Amino acid sequence: MRTTVASEYSAEVHHVPIEHRFNPYSDNGGTVLGIAGEDFAVLAGDTRQVEGYSIHTRYQPKVFDVGDDIIMTANGFAADGVALIDRFRNQLKWYKFDHGGKKLNIKSAARYIQHLLYGKRFFPYYVHTIIAGLDEDGKGAVYSYDPVGSYEREQCRAGGAAASLIMPFLDNQVNFKNQYEPGTDGKKKKDLRYLKLEEVLELVRDAFSSATERHIYVGDGLELLIVTKEGVRTEYYPLKRD
Amino acid sequence: MNHDPFHWGRPNQETYGTYNYNIAQASNQQHESQLDDFPKMHTQQPIITGTSVVSLKFKDGIIIAADNLGSYGSLLRFNNLERLIKVGDETVVGISGDISDLQQLERILAQLEIEEEIYDSDGGHKLRAPHVHEYLSKILYNRRSKMDPLWNAVIVGGFNEDGTPFLKYVDLLGVTYGSSTLATGFGSHLAVPLLRQLIPNDIDYTKVEEEDARKVLENCMRVLFYRDARAADKYSLVTIKSQTSESGSKQITFNHEKELKVENQSWKFAKDISGYGSKQL
Amino acid sequence: MFRNNYDNDSVTYSPTGRLFQVEYALEAIKQGSAAVGLVSKSHVVLAALKRNAEELGSYQKKIIKIDDHMGIALAGLAPDARVLSNFLRKQAMSSKMIFNRPLSTSKAVLSIADKAQENTQSYGSRPYGVGLLIAGYDETGAHLYEFQPSGSVLEYYGAAIGARSQAARTYLERNLDTILETDSVEDLIVHGLNALRDTLSQDVELTFKNTSVSVVGKESGFTIYDDEEVQQWLDKLDSVSNARNRDDDDNDNNEDSNTNTNEETTTTTTTNTNDNENPASEETTTATETAPEDDTNTTTDPSGDRMETDD
Repeated sequence: MRTTVASEYSAEVHHVPIEHRFNPYSDNGGTVLGIAGEDFAVLAGDTRQVEGYSIHTRYQPKVFDVGDDIIMTANGFAADGVALIDRFRNQLKWYKFDHGGKKLNIKSAARYIQHLLYGKRFFPYYVHTIIAGLDEDGKGAVYSYDPVGSYEREQCRAGGAAASLIMPFLDNQVNFKNQYEPGTDGKKKKDLRYLKLEEVLELVRDAFSSATERHIYVGDGLELLIVTKEGVRTEYYPLKRD
Repeated sequence: MNHDPFHWGRPNQETYGTYNYNIAQASNQQHESQLDDFPKMHTQQPIITGTSVVSLKFKDGIIIAADNLGSYGSLLRFNNLERLIKVGDETVVGISGDISDLQQLERILAQLEIEEEIYDSDGGHKLRAPHVHEYLSKILYNRRSKMDPLWNAVIVGGFNEDGTPFLKYVDLLGVTYGSSTLATGFGSHLAVPLLRQLIPNDIDYTKVEEEDARKVLENCMRVLFYRDARAADKYSLVTIKSQTSESGSKQITFNHEKELKVENQSWKFAKDISGYGSKQL
Repeated sequence: MFRNNYDNDSVTYSPTGRLFQVEYALEAIKQGSAAVGLVSKSHVVLAALKRNAEELGSYQKKIIKIDDHMGIALAGLAPDARVLSNFLRKQAMSSKMIFNRPLSTSKAVLSIADKAQENTQSYGSRPYGVGLLIAGYDETGAHLYEFQPSGSVLEYYGAAIGARSQAARTYLERNLDTILETDSVEDLIVHGLNALRDTLSQDVELTFKNTSVSVVGKESGFTIYDDEEVQQWLDKLDSVSNARNRDDDDNDNNEDSNTNTNEETTTTTTTNTNDNENPASEETTTATETAPEDDTNTTTDPSGDRMETDD
C-alpha cells in the first residue's frame, strides 16, 4: 500500500520507467517443524496464513497426510505448496495403480519429491518441503528439501518463516549440540539418545509458542501430525493470536 | 524538510553536485545514455478495476457484498457493474480486480455450467461451492504459472456437501484460504477487523444470526465507502441460506439484492480532517 | 463361403442398416468369461470368472479399480479394457484435481461411451472388443452400468456379460426383489456368486483361484477380493458348482441369441426365436462354428486353438 505524501514526487521527471512487472510469487508466512523419533515421526505447522502485514486466515492447515503413512508439508508460497502436495498425492495414486496397491516407502517418496521439485528448477516451487514417516525398519524418518529439490534425511528440521529461530533450539534439544556431561569441564559431549514422543511433543509446543512470541508470521494455532506404526493422528493446540 | 522520500538520505545536490550512482556499485541505476534502449517489458496491470468484495458466514449460510463501480485509474468509468456471479443453484462468486478478467471468468463459469448440464441432465450431482472454488483456483494458478495472470481476487461462497457454509478465497497468484470472515483488497484492511469483531474465532459463525451478519456487512460497506476512494455507495448483496422447512427437508434460498445504497452516511468527521499524512501546516 | 461386403470397415452400413464390425465386437464380449454385477440401495457388487490360458499360466485380471469409489469388471479383449480403464482413471483423477470431487458414475460411463462411439464412425478404426460393467458409489447412491463397444450404456439393477451370461441374468431376474431390498453386503455378494455360478459349465467349479469379487458402497471404498481373500465368500455358498448343468446346452443357445443388447435383439429373445433372426445371422452362425465353444473354452483345451485374445 502506498502512503500519500505531500510532495512533488509525482511531478518529478523519471529517468527510468517504473518497473511494474508481475511477480508470480508471494510469501504467505507460517513455519513448520519435523522431528523423527525411534518409532515415530512428527510434523507440525502453525495454521496462520499471511500476506504482508495482513493475517488472511487463522486456520488454514498446511501439514497433510498424503497416504501410505507419509505426512508432508511445503511452506512458503502457499499456492506452490498446495500444487506440489496435490501433484505428489496424484502420483502416489498412480504408483498404487501401477504396482498393485504396494505401499510406497518413504525413501522412494523422498527421491520422487526431489524430481517434482527439480523438474521446476527454472521456475521453482517457492517452498521449504518436509516429509516425515517411518522407514523400512520402522524408525522415524524426516526428509527436508530446498526449493529446487536438494534433500537430506535428518533427525529434525524446521522450515519457513521462523526456521532460523527454531533450528538452533532443535540442534541443542534434539541433537544435544553444545551440551556436555556435567563435571567434565566441557570435555565429554552429552550422549545422543532418542527422545520419547512426549518429550518431542513438548519440544514442538515450546518451539512454536516461542516462535509465536518473536515472529509476526507465526501464531493462531499449531497443528501436529504424528506417524506411528498404528498410523497417522492429528493434534491441535491454540497459539497466541496477536 | 523535504518530504519527498525519494530524496531522503541523499547528499545535498547544491553542495555536492548530482549523485553518482556508480559509487561502489551502490545502485543498479543506469547511465543516461542507456536509458533510451531500456528493454521492452511484457508488463501487465489491471485497467478497469473493481474494488473490495466483503463476505462472512452466519449460522444458516453466507452473505457477501460488492459495490457496482468500475474504476479506470481514478476515473469513475462504470457505475453499473455486477461483480457477484451466481454459479449453479447455491454458489456465488464475488470478483474484485480487473473487470475484463472478471468477464473472462464469467464466461468460463458459464461454460462450466453448460458442461454440467450436459453430463448431469437428470440432476443429483450438484455443482457446489467447493468444486467451483477448486476449479477457479486451478485456472488462476495455471495462468499465473504462464506469467499471464487473471488479475483478480475472488471469493467463493456457498455450501459444502454436508450442508455447512463454505467460504474461500483465491487470487491472481493461486493463493487460497478459507475463513468465516473474508474480504479482498482494501476490505482485508478495513472490513475484516469489523467482521472479526462479530466472529472472533472461525467456528463462532454458528452463533451469528443473519440480521447481525447483515448489519455488520452494511457497516463494512459504509466504512469502505468513507475511506476507499475507489469504492461506491451503490452495491449488490447476496445471501445464501439453507433453512429446514416444516417437513424437515433442507431448502436453499439464493437471494440477490441489487442497487442497494450505503445508508446512514455521516460526513461530520470530514470537517476535522485537514492535510494529508506528513503534510505540515 | 458367403462373403459379407459390408464388414470391411466400421463406418459402412449394410443395406439393412447394420454395422457389422460393431456387431462382431459384441461377439468378442461373448468369447470372454462371465462377469456379473448387482446393486442394492447402498452397495454394488461385481463378481467375475477368471480364466487362465493354460494350467501353468496366471489368471487374467477381470476386475479393475478406477478410484476409491469406482471399479469395472470386463469381458472380452483385456487389452482394450486396460486402455479404457486407464482413461477412466485419468478422468477420475482430473475430476479430483480440478474440481475436488469424485467423478460421478454416470459421467465416467458417458466419457468412455463417447470414445467408443467415435470408433464406430471414423474410418480405419476398430470398435473396442470389450464389454464393461461399471460399479460406482457417488452422491446419488450406488450405480451399475453396462458399457458396450457400440457406445451404448445403460444402467441396471443387475447385469451380466460374457460367456453364458444369460444364465446369470436369469438368476438375477428371479431374485431381483430380494437383491434390491437386502441391507447386507454379504447377501449381495452371495447372490452375485450364485449368479456367476450359473454361468459355469459342467465340470468347472468356483474356486478362490478363478473367482474375483469386488464391493463398493456407502462408507466402503472399492475393494477387490482375489485369491485367498475370496475364499471367505465362497465358503458362504451352498455349492460352488452350477446347479442347473443338466439343461446346459439349451442355455447356451438361449444366450447366443440374447447377448446382443440392442433393442431389436431384446425383442427377439423374449419371443425366443431361433438363431437366424439374430443380428449378423450369417456371420454369427459361422463365428460360433469356428470359434471355440464356451464349454470347450473353460474346460482344458489341449488343441490350444483358442483365441489368443481371450479375456
